[in-house]
Amino acid sequence: MKTVNEIKLTVDAKSVNEAYCRVAVASFASQLDPTVEEISDIKTAVSEAVTNCIVHAYRAKKGKIYITVSVTDDSTVIVKIRDNGIGIQDVKKAREPLFTTGGDDRSGLGFSVMECFSDKLRVYSKEGRGTTVTIYKKIRGKCDDDS
Amino acid sequence: MQVLFKKDKDTLTAYLNGDIDHHTAKSIRETIDSEMQRLMPGKLRLDFKNVHFMDSSGVGLVMGRYKTASVYGCAVSVCEMPSSVEKIMKMSGLGKIIEFEKD
Repeated sequence: MKTVNEIKLTVDAKSVNEAYCRVAVASFASQLDPTVEEISDIKTAVSEAVTNCIVHAYRAKKGKIYITVSVTDDSTVIVKIRDNGIGIQDVKKAREPLFTTGGDDRSGLGFSVMECFSDKLRVYSKEGRGTTVTIYKKIRGKCDDDS
Repeated sequence: MQVLFKKDKDTLTAYLNGDIDHHTAKSIRETIDSEMQRLMPGKLRLDFKNVHFMDSSGVGLVMGRYKTASVYGCAVSVCEMPSSVEKIMKMSGLGKIIEFEKD
């Protein structure tokens, strides 16, 4: 598959930007004519990834979140979300449902939701260096709803 | 995000409004908890009719209210969920401990 269009965003790791990030990604993805549900899935997955950067990677300290959104010639949206935060010690464990290092009403479902609401999820992390999460979402659109 | 409340007999209904994410969850939580402490209802209903977006922070919010409410012997239910909210609630397995009200 080949990238046909791409945008890059850099945002401060502030919780007030969570809404902007998911809406910006969803808005760019809308060129593939997704269904309401597909748009909602993308927003949810992006929101989880961005929240992880703020809550875990930077632990509420200052930092930047780097987002690249591309659409491919086979109608896939690829969202890459990168931070330069503390990294994840054990990615396999972090991806387990209900595992969380954040107290305070965190559900521990972030990665499970990203997996469930996308077609593929890649997580690359290095302790002390940061984490890159890549979300792949194939847009089937309205025509394939009946199949 | 504003939360409106209605008390009917022993039931306190919280009408949630807008997006629920990590950024908005804190003030929603504080608002609901203070109202719950003030009125000590036997049942807390969370109404999602006007929630247009929710991520796992919303699941954490409901789980947390369930924990807080059970300290007071208060039951918790959720209702009027749009399909996007219902999808993440079902996926989370919350239905095993909290009643999903159907009309």
